[in-house]
Amino acid sequence: MKKIAIFLSLVIFLTSCGGGQVTPPPATIEKTSGGGSNATDAAAGNTVAAGKGIGQITSVELKTPLEQDRIGRGKSIYDMKCQACHKLTDERLVGPGWKDVTKRRKPEWIMNMVTNVDAMLEQDPEAQKLLELCLTRMPNQNISVGDARDVLEFMRQNDGEK
Amino acid sequence: MKTSFSFKSWLAAIGIFVVVVALSINGCKPRNVATAVQGDAAGKVYVAPGKYDEFYNFVSGGFSGQMSVYGLPSGRMLKVMPVFSVNPESGYGYSEESKPMLNTSHGFVPWDDLHHPELSQTDGEVDGRWVFGNANNTPRIARIDLKTFRTAEIIEIPNSSGNHSSPFITENTEYVVAGTRFSYPIDDNGSNPDVSINTYKDNFKGTVSFVSVDKATGAMDIAFQILLPGVNFDLAHSGKGPSSGWFFFSCYNTEQAYTLLEVNASQKDKDFIMAVNWKKAEEYVKQGKGKKMSVRYASNRYDEGTHTATSTIKNQVLVLDPKELADMVYFIPCPKSPHGCDVDPTGQYIVGSGKLAATIPVFSFAKIQTAIQGKDFDGDFAGIPVIKYESALHGEVKKPGLGPLHTEFDGKGNAYTSFFVSSEIVKWNIDKLEVLDRVPTYYSIGHLCVPGGDSKKPFGKYVIAYNKITKDRYLPTGPELTQSAQLYDISGDKMQLLLDFPTIGEPHYAQACPAELLMKNSTKIYKIEENRNAYAAKGEGQSKVERKGKEVHVYMTSIRSHFSPDNIEGVKMGDDVYFHVTNLEQDWDVPHGFAIKGANNAELLIMPGETQTLKWTPDRIGVFPLYCTDFCSALHQEMQGYLRVSPAGSNVPLTFSMGKNSSKPE
Repeated sequence: MKKIAIFLSLVIFLTSCGGGQVTPPPATIEKTSGGGSNATDAAAGNTVAAGKGIGQITSVELKTPLEQDRIGRGKSIYDMKCQACHKLTDERLVGPGWKDVTKRRKPEWIMNMVTNVDAMLEQDPEAQKLLELCLTRMPNQNISVGDARDVLEFMRQNDGEK
Repeated sequence: MKTSFSFKSWLAAIGIFVVVVALSINGCKPRNVATAVQGDAAGKVYVAPGKYDEFYNFVSGGFSGQMSVYGLPSGRMLKVMPVFSVNPESGYGYSEESKPMLNTSHGFVPWDDLHHPELSQTDGEVDGRWVFGNANNTPRIARIDLKTFRTAEIIEIPNSSGNHSSPFITENTEYVVAGTRFSYPIDDNGSNPDVSINTYKDNFKGTVSFVSVDKATGAMDIAFQILLPGVNFDLAHSGKGPSSGWFFFSCYNTEQAYTLLEVNASQKDKDFIMAVNWKKAEEYVKQGKGKKMSVRYASNRYDEGTHTATSTIKNQVLVLDPKELADMVYFIPCPKSPHGCDVDPTGQYIVGSGKLAATIPVFSFAKIQTAIQGKDFDGDFAGIPVIKYESALHGEVKKPGLGPLHTEFDGKGNAYTSFFVSSEIVKWNIDKLEVLDRVPTYYSIGHLCVPGGDSKKPFGKYVIAYNKITKDRYLPTGPELTQSAQLYDISGDKMQLLLDFPTIGEPHYAQACPAELLMKNSTKIYKIEENRNAYAAKGEGQSKVERKGKEVHVYMTSIRSHFSPDNIEGVKMGDDVYFHVTNLEQDWDVPHGFAIKGANNAELLIMPGETQTLKWTPDRIGVFPLYCTDFCSALHQEMQGYLRVSPAGSNVPLTFSMGKNSSKPE
């Protein structure tokens, strides 16, 4: 019982003083293993339903013919940050092979997966299916939106677009 | 364990609850010490799960050679930062990249003794850029980058033995100082000649070094040294505000004893505080008045782009001799082997703490200046003027306790002095020299720390005691007990003991600063694009194995959860294998480890985006497993590989692979 009393007194003191500790900024809840995201509003639900995933990418403009400079940059990012887990064929290594990914997924979904992977794995049903399949969480590889767009262009080329 | 409750115990519990609620309604400040100890000490140090501490506390690791980081008020240990000793946890001093950090003119020194952390300051306020530490044995100063919490630089101090009076800084971190504990023979050529120890008075010299710190990069260089008579320098602090441009050093053994110092260095009533006018010293340097001495010392720097340290041996220092260069150095008598030498936040007062004294003398900077101008001297010591004690004195704190050691300040006109012999902290008013409060420490306090307590703007709130003896305070762990610190609340009139917490090594000096000063700058990853390590594999496509004569270089990548390559053949007896492991991860808190069976040095721990190298020399033929030592994912236990070692002269070709199952043996 004494323990309960002490506990209650702790609660009261904490609320009355509030000193001695700092609330972590929201960034900490995005830790790899902890997961979680604040993007739970209706807008996010809509983009999920539309197959665009969750994140800041809501629309992507694709050009034909392909933008060659993006392809070159996208390939070097692939070599450095993606190749270790993704093959360019349809073979699954750690993650799924990239062949035909641009035919299976909307460009917004791909870019959100690349740039906002932790929220995607927490909330997007398609991303969650992939986690169940691969059992390794895709790491956040610290790829900017601009870089993700370049990677997307490289994926389109890999899928045979001209 | 009993689980039944009597009616009485229920009543007692309700009673405690009511009393505690009643106290808490009165607010945070308890009315007297009794309620404080009974009441809210636990609440004041409780940091709920997932919440952060309010302060970082940088604590010397003493004979461990490292510096540790704690959160306050919880006392939770956050990190041990390797500085002057090898650290198997991170591979510091074992990886090829970090080995040069521990190089000295004596060669590789794997273990030293770190006494004093000092946070960098701008305009006398803690700026959160770097924390410095001193190596007390083989004299060195380290600079730790507070973005990465890693040792960025170590500079050796020549013409020095026992770098104790260090690494204290000037108001804008223009200089970090290094004063010798041991005087030793220094001749005109800057060497340590072969002379009889009993020639101490004639041949032994002390020095204080002023090491410049580059404003932008932090890079350290020895600007000049001051050659001094043979005594022991102990601690130091910079002037500030009105006393800006001056530095104060405590010194003992003015008896110039060289044996049984315990007795022979405690003969005189007074030793000295040494006042150095470093602006004057700078003038002499500019006028070319210094003498160049040939010496040897190592300057070791860690490059964040290449993740690699380089060690450079330097050969010259500039030495100033105060016997020839007037108006630069003065001695002020100070009772009984002073240890602490502390300047108050206004910069007007210098507090000397004679560790065998029963008073605390407080010197006035204004009076020191008047005495110098009026040549109010009491003769000289080895050619250096000695200011009259009374002429420099603001006043003495009478009967404060026994054995004052070190003083810090709260910025509200109060000083807090540790007393080793009487085992207590005493709070006193600087202006009136009156004792206001005293609390016991458990046991035998050495240094103490108020956050920002040696700066112009202390953050106050707590004083932390760093104790020399723990005795019965913790569960026994054999003959060697944990070291310990104690946290006291100083926000009220009376000090209140809140918490005991264990520390590593021996906690000497310590510093603390608000968490928000550092948190926002903390590095999370090394960008793989910016990795300039010569052996980096920036992408799995670049992983490979190359032979250069008897050296085999493995350019290996790691990502959750595999190495590439993970099968290597063609290594032969007589080869040295260098594993250059690049962690391709780009997410916070995802290091990978690397270990291979039979490694005689250590393992690696590689941060995201970083490359680190382990040298491995096979001692027998066979197949050797390698694996990741830091849990990284659900398939961490699958993160492994094999390396085959064949006899010298065998014709097994050098091959490497990952992800392909070889169907048959060659």
